[in-house]
Amino acid sequence: MDIKLQQVSYAYSMGTPFEKYALFDVDLTIPHGTYQAIIGHTGSGKSTILQHFNGLLKPSKGQVHIGDRVIAAGRKAKELKPVRQKVGIVFQFPEHQLFEETVLKDIMFGPMNFGVSEQVAEQRAHDLIKLVGLPEDVLDKSPFDLSGGQMRRVAIAGVLAMDPEVIVLDEPTAGLDPRGQKEIMDMFYSLHKERGLTTILVTHSMEDAARYADNIAIMHEGRCVLNGTPQEIFSDADTLEKYRLELPHIVRFQRRIEKLMGRSLPKICLTEEDLAAEVAHALREGRDA
Amino acid sequence: MPYERGVTLKMMEKMIFGRYIPGDSFVHRLDPRSKLMFVFAFIVVVFLANNIVTYALLLAFTLLVILMSRIRLYFLINGLKPVIILLVFTFLIHIFFTREGDLLFELGFLKVYEEGLRQGIFISIRFLVLVFMTSILTLTTSPISITDGIEVLLNPLKKFKMPVHELALMMSIALRFIPTLMDETDKIMKAQMARGSDLSAGPLKERVKAVVPLLVPLFVSAFKRAEDLATAMEVRGYRGGEGRTRYRQLKWDWRDTLCMVIFVAMTALLVFYRS
Repeated sequence: MDIKLQQVSYAYSMGTPFEKYALFDVDLTIPHGTYQAIIGHTGSGKSTILQHFNGLLKPSKGQVHIGDRVIAAGRKAKELKPVRQKVGIVFQFPEHQLFEETVLKDIMFGPMNFGVSEQVAEQRAHDLIKLVGLPEDVLDKSPFDLSGGQMRRVAIAGVLAMDPEVIVLDEPTAGLDPRGQKEIMDMFYSLHKERGLTTILVTHSMEDAARYADNIAIMHEGRCVLNGTPQEIFSDADTLEKYRLELPHIVRFQRRIEKLMGRSLPKICLTEEDLAAEVAHALREGRDA
Repeated sequence: MPYERGVTLKMMEKMIFGRYIPGDSFVHRLDPRSKLMFVFAFIVVVFLANNIVTYALLLAFTLLVILMSRIRLYFLINGLKPVIILLVFTFLIHIFFTREGDLLFELGFLKVYEEGLRQGIFISIRFLVLVFMTSILTLTTSPISITDGIEVLLNPLKKFKMPVHELALMMSIALRFIPTLMDETDKIMKAQMARGSDLSAGPLKERVKAVVPLLVPLFVSAFKRAEDLATAMEVRGYRGGEGRTRYRQLKWDWRDTLCMVIFVAMTALLVFYRS
């Protein structure tokens, strides 16, 4: 299911003296099955844009295509439920949305809203709790008895239980310890690979974007100023600088190595392993020559 | 600013209750104490009016205050629309259910009497004048000044062991957290909507049920915030009002004295002209 934003502008408090635009003419296409990162500073419009992906916000101008559905400015958007089922959003600090008496019921809340039967929903809860790395006996506990990190995982399971085709993640690892961060990000990545989930990651971590994304879009003051593969985006440090963004650690490290070696590597490496291999290759070449 | 106010704010945009519009008109510059005293006394004095002259006096006076506050009448009326509906309703009730005086006209089973019309108009004016005055108070005084004013005005009650400072503190904390809680509500509402909960459609029973996923997280976070705030205050050595100095000093000047004089004059006129 492709998601396409065409000339989308969004204004908060439209038609009042407090009207304020948060998005300007955003064009962005996210093809089915890709991993798209959206990066930007605070206030760049990241959070506003992600609420357009399932019709929580309706564009003030332009239109949003979600699969076959078109949500356009000025037209009434009815029956958004099917869209919301297909596009799951994990909001920032999703643990704040937990409310049921037990973890099991909370995970079942989403799917049952979309008409999934109780048995199926329960089965999904049992499968997902393991997937997010929690023991099954957590299901009978109150979500409010869990630690912050555990609550986060339960909330994520609650969104995955809707069985979405597209998953939108808004800073899913904010406030977690480094190990938890990596576990969660790796879990989403394997879901992306195994189930072919279209994944949209809104983040300001350059590292995560570099490591996981197929495409990276850069938001700056409500505009989508760049969109391309990580290689493309990170080869131009000056442009990034203009948007007050830094290169990921690994690319900065590569630049320093290149300086030491006095020559540049043929491509930009996005993971440690990649860089090590590339440097080894270059060294070998240098010795052979 | 991770989330901006959306859905909830939309409902509040047109409301002007409790909203403050900064400015520097005569009314804005009055001391909150004099404004508070004035409004409370005014609420009492309004009931002195009982004939055309006195009600006209009240209305004229209110218009004068609105003029002096430099708040556009259009804005005020537009913002008070829900109140105006209530007003029309009271007016109609009075017109149709008071059966005194001469019969003015008849429309089927509806009979309108002179006394009913009079009562209807008077009550409406009274209502309107009260609502306008109190709105002007909140529109021209920042919530924090109102709290300061209330605290100082209630100070004498400390002799009777009233926790005046604590009450004022509670009020300012409550005011401070209204926007925060509104943001929070919006955020949670959206998260639950993304999970397929629907607050705006379906039969009433379903809608009431849909409020639970909204209220539980809201309460949980409100309690958490309260606890954090209490800890933060304790850590910074807060021990209540005893010996505490204030950053914002209230100043009584000629405007406030003038305001009191005007009030006394108005009351005198009301007493003189009432029948």
